[in-house]
Amino acid sequence: MSSKTDRSSSRGASTASSNRRVELRLYIAGQTPKSVAALKNLKRICEEYMADTYELKVIDLLQHPQLARGDQIVAVPTVVKNLPVPIRKLIGDLSDTERVLVGLDLHRAE
Amino acid sequence: MPKPKNNSQPKNGPTSTLPKAPTGITGLDEITEGGLPKGRPTLICGSAGCGKTLMAMEFLVRGAADFNEPGVFFAFEEMPEELSQNVMSLGFDLKSLERKKKLHLEYVHIEPSEMQETGEYDLEGLFIRLGYAIDTIGAKRVVLDTIETLFGGLSNQALLRAELRRLFRWLKDRGVTAVITGERGEGTLTRQGLEEYVSDCVILLDHRVIDQVSTRRLRIIKYRGTTHGTNEYPFLIDERGIDVLPVTSLRLDHESSDERVSTGVPELDSMLDGGVYRGSSVLISGTAGTGKSSLAAHFARESAEAGERCLYLAFEESPSQIRRNMRSIGIDLGPWERKGLIRFVAARPVLTGLEGHLAAIHKQVRDFDPKLVIIDPISDLSAVGSERDAKAMMVRLIDFLKTKQITTVLINLHSGANNFERTDIGISSLIDTWIYLRDIESGGERNRGLYVLKSRGTAHSNQIREFLLTNKGIELVPAYIGPEGVLTGSARLTQESRDRASAVAQEQELQRQRRAIEGRRKSLEAQIEALRSELEIAAAEEKLVLRQDEDRQTRIADDRDAMARSRRADLSSSNGKSRRKQK
Repeated sequence: MSSKTDRSSSRGASTASSNRRVELRLYIAGQTPKSVAALKNLKRICEEYMADTYELKVIDLLQHPQLARGDQIVAVPTVVKNLPVPIRKLIGDLSDTERVLVGLDLHRAE
Repeated sequence: MPKPKNNSQPKNGPTSTLPKAPTGITGLDEITEGGLPKGRPTLICGSAGCGKTLMAMEFLVRGAADFNEPGVFFAFEEMPEELSQNVMSLGFDLKSLERKKKLHLEYVHIEPSEMQETGEYDLEGLFIRLGYAIDTIGAKRVVLDTIETLFGGLSNQALLRAELRRLFRWLKDRGVTAVITGERGEGTLTRQGLEEYVSDCVILLDHRVIDQVSTRRLRIIKYRGTTHGTNEYPFLIDERGIDVLPVTSLRLDHESSDERVSTGVPELDSMLDGGVYRGSSVLISGTAGTGKSSLAAHFARESAEAGERCLYLAFEESPSQIRRNMRSIGIDLGPWERKGLIRFVAARPVLTGLEGHLAAIHKQVRDFDPKLVIIDPISDLSAVGSERDAKAMMVRLIDFLKTKQITTVLINLHSGANNFERTDIGISSLIDTWIYLRDIESGGERNRGLYVLKSRGTAHSNQIREFLLTNKGIELVPAYIGPEGVLTGSARLTQESRDRASAVAQEQELQRQRRAIEGRRKSLEAQIEALRSELEIAAAEEKLVLRQDEDRQTRIADDRDAMARSRRADLSSSNGKSRRKQK
């Protein structure tokens, strides 16, 4: 199903939700600047906040158009967080880190 | 390229240069003169509940089922299951079409509560899904219902607009005939101004409630590069989908037949010089209880007996009540109904608006293909709309039926006694034959009278005829027109018995005279007989006298001979005869 899977090593344990697995899927449509930026931003945030608990699949819809329906993808890039519930969808190139953290329920009150 | 059942073909010629995709929706292809612009997007807009989704769905279903054009339906508001169920009641089996790969239903859901916008994006995901769906079944038609929902889920309006513009261009490039639905906004056709992007064809649906009666209407606001009907057309949503009513044929160019159709009452036929013309409109009007429906039932039975189908639209009574009432005057329509020659359709006038009724009648006529349509009564329809609307509807209805050469019998109930020679909804000018039934009050009775107020192209009787409702149907009786007017009922019976009495007296007088003449003749004959016997007696006497005379002569001669012999006289000198005797 996935075209590319990144599983992080379990070195960083600095996140609040260390014992919770986070499943993320990034939907992109070809290697557009937005896609590239989104992947880069997502990886950065994941590594920083949930290095050992996240699982990321990147799905290129140009190659797998049939996968867009299941997660109700309309806009790209979109990150879908299926686990833990509630389901969240982040659309855009993920350049707004603050919003990404809120969207992934990772934002810590500071 | 309308579907075959539409009888008014769009004109070929310059209008057909723009390729069109037939919708298969009854009436819509006539108005659009062939369908929606092929390979281009069309916007269907209207307020909530006006039938946008259904019209779009029917476009797809008909395309897939009738024109071999598979379709993709992207639902932004309803789940496919809901959608399937909703349209199942209209006879659209989406599941079966999906299995045959003729239809692709996809639900596009945007849940704002799950969404977080985190930077730049585009709607390529939607494009990919659409493209994939189109490719999967080789779709020629696409419906996006209602794409404006995106505006509720995504906040970047400027980006959405740019993407929608791109989407419509993309659809055109794909060469699919697309229908985009949009909800009507304040002062604009759609809330988000989709009409700016979809400029080829815009159809506005409207759902108005006037006097608590709802009417759906459709109008083509624009259709680039082609002519189209510009009016508001009423449409119906019924158990078989959308039914648009084109009002195209108000041209007064229908054929007129010379064939006569019997009214079912022989005396009335002779009053009308042989019946009414086929395809003409007959109005039976009168006050309450004058026998209008009964007369109409005669038309129906006559039509059925001639093997022609009759559609009976009842707005006042239920079919079973009509059947029972007509049986009481000896007209049993039930067997004809079972044979499929008479069909009753009953509806309360307030069930739908006038247009709804009109559309329903159109539909029934198309389904049943009758030669005779009875509307009982039309006066109730004016209760639904204004007089002007009711008249407009009747014009359209009569016109429609005339173009189909269907004889129409309209029943009109007069509310008041004044000004009876006009209909409540002012359609008298549309009527070819007007039979007026009225009460004739005299001598403390009400009796039924009938006359032909007008009958175009017919040397009709000018008599007012009384008629009776017997157990064998309507019976016209000879009218008595005296110095006091028409004699009816008991007055007529009195007159009849008076006439009979005088006839008897006359007959008796005649017989008396005949007897007198006979007597005279007989006495003359007796006299002749007496004279004749007298004559015979005289003749006999004459014969006797002659014989006596002869005998006397003979005796005289004999005596003389004897005397001569005794005298021994020369016999020869006295008598030669005696001398020869002696030799």
